[in-house]
Amino acid sequence: MENQDLSQRFNRNLKDADLIALYRLMVLTREFEMRVCKIYTQTTIPETPHLCVGQEAIGVGSCYGLRKDDFVLPSLRGRSVFLSKGVSPSVLMAAVFGKSTGPSKGKYTAHHMGDLKKGILAGSLLIGSQFPTAVGAGLAFKLKKTDQVCLCYFGDGASNRGDFHEGLNLAAIQKLPVIFICENNLYALYTPVEKAIAVKDIASRAQGYGMPGITIDGNDVLAVYQTVQEAVARARRGEGPSLIECKTYRLRPHCERFQENRPPEELAYWWDKCPIKRFKAHLFDQGVLNEETHHRIEAEVAEEMNRAVQFAEESPYPDAAELCEDVYADGVIRGGRLCAS
Amino acid sequence: MRQLTFREAIQEAIAEEMERDSTVFMMGENIAASGGVYQGTKGLLEKFGEGRILDMPISESGFVGAGVGAALLGTRPVIDLMFNDFLPLVMDHLVNHAAKMRYMYGGQATVPMVIRTFFGAGTRTGCSHSQSLEAYVIHCPGLKVVMPSTPADAKGLMKSAIRDNDPVVFFEHRLLYSVKGPIPEGEHIVPLGQADVKRKGSDVSVVATGRMVYKALEAAAELAQGGIEMEIIDPRSLLPFDCETLMESVKKTGRLLIVHEACKTGGFGAEIAAMVAKEAFGYLDAPIERIAAPDIPVPVSPTLEDQYIPQKEEIVATVKKMVA
Repeated sequence: MENQDLSQRFNRNLKDADLIALYRLMVLTREFEMRVCKIYTQTTIPETPHLCVGQEAIGVGSCYGLRKDDFVLPSLRGRSVFLSKGVSPSVLMAAVFGKSTGPSKGKYTAHHMGDLKKGILAGSLLIGSQFPTAVGAGLAFKLKKTDQVCLCYFGDGASNRGDFHEGLNLAAIQKLPVIFICENNLYALYTPVEKAIAVKDIASRAQGYGMPGITIDGNDVLAVYQTVQEAVARARRGEGPSLIECKTYRLRPHCERFQENRPPEELAYWWDKCPIKRFKAHLFDQGVLNEETHHRIEAEVAEEMNRAVQFAEESPYPDAAELCEDVYADGVIRGGRLCAS
Repeated sequence: MRQLTFREAIQEAIAEEMERDSTVFMMGENIAASGGVYQGTKGLLEKFGEGRILDMPISESGFVGAGVGAALLGTRPVIDLMFNDFLPLVMDHLVNHAAKMRYMYGGQATVPMVIRTFFGAGTRTGCSHSQSLEAYVIHCPGLKVVMPSTPADAKGLMKSAIRDNDPVVFFEHRLLYSVKGPIPEGEHIVPLGQADVKRKGSDVSVVATGRMVYKALEAAAELAQGGIEMEIIDPRSLLPFDCETLMESVKKTGRLLIVHEACKTGGFGAEIAAMVAKEAFGYLDAPIERIAAPDIPVPVSPTLEDQYIPQKEEIVATVKKMVA
């Protein structure tokens, strides 16, 4: 298919070490998700897992070429984004456990949280509210005359919110350095995309805002990398936002709390298009990866995840005295807000 | 002392803060070349250019949400929301995001953002251009809420609001826009959370907000002729709220009346009443009274709208009853 060609073309832009790094990040994300999945069934953790299994290539490929001072605003299925932006598996797992060592110190859900030091903006529990926030980040970059960019991730479902329209229009008229990355996994919760969207490609909506829109194979990490890099370069030049639609599929349920029935042949089709499996085959073909390196990566990742789970388990819960902290910048407000006492 | 209108005082505050701090900028509908629908931003475009005075499309949710993002990344947006009746359009970004960001980030983040907005009835413009919706935002932890009544307070509070590191909703009564008042020369700051006693008195403590401060002052002038002295407290900032000034007053007068233009049920007055009933129960010589708009939409026709707005006569009658 078309993206196979893309992969081969883009491959030349990346060194072998980069390709291995991309692969490793995807394997790490998958392993992280499967550990969370297992832990969720075995013990009580605050997180209701909304896993990105099957969608790893999007976060990994899009974040890989970013600078440290660039920002991202992950969707609710953004584990690959957190890991690719440099949040350690340990800290991320601590957040999943609601421990004080997570970036929000146990105050917010792990899959929506932010970490400003890592360039990650917190997402909203309200699907589709993230567009204006990301646009605001772009606005701050423009006002401060930096050439930072912000990547804004969202699903197909979110693209039906009014804030999609308001956010994209605002980004376009102000020519803001925001790249809108749609992870079209074909379902909004249980609603198939064709029942919610009348056009074939969400990227076609970009036309209505006067920005470039492109649909790519979201399960091809190199296609994602290259397309996002082009949009980032454009944004840094001050030419404004882009919309990139990554067609993909989640291989787990919407969330692990609820099971769902999707056609088995559909699942089988997409398991066959698993981004990790495909990239692995590609790297073997190219001679970048061999059995030995592959096993070494898997062993390293397993060990890293063991340490992460151990760190999360051993980390303390936040002290109960921290309940009312971090509401106002100028101090702790306890009890009624009318009186500070 | 020089005199400025309420409108000019706020313009001056914003201009001074934009001069002082290059990260302050404005967003809103028709605020640049046109100077705002009621000229609230007049002259700012000429001073600061379109890089910092940003005209927005009709996308309230979009630009308030963008304000949150911009504030998170080191700028200080001052957002002109035109009417407070637009608050419901932006509540997601205000309530779910701006107010909670600091908590969501475990204390890493600040959202230094101001939303200035018109409120209040009396302009015959109908039920979604005339409300007083301060209670909506007071109910939300993480926000601060300001409602000045005089030009000097408006200036001083706007400067504090812009410098504050939390999101502040700044309510401006449209019928106060042309009110003139003295403005101190030079730097004039009014801290958030500090009430002002607009009139000293010994018989009844009256908490009044926004335009109701003037109605209370009119009532006080009339009652003084009969020897009843009202003490009028203008909280100026509703959150944080200056409990101390109020308690001191109630302990002195033994009576409390709250007057606000918002409708009564679930209003800010109820919260003040509950607080005083608990903290100053032993000092009260009469039941706490509230005067507010009825629990109905704001009507248009003068005969209806004037009846809707709390008036001097009702304040006079209520106070007389309280001291009887």
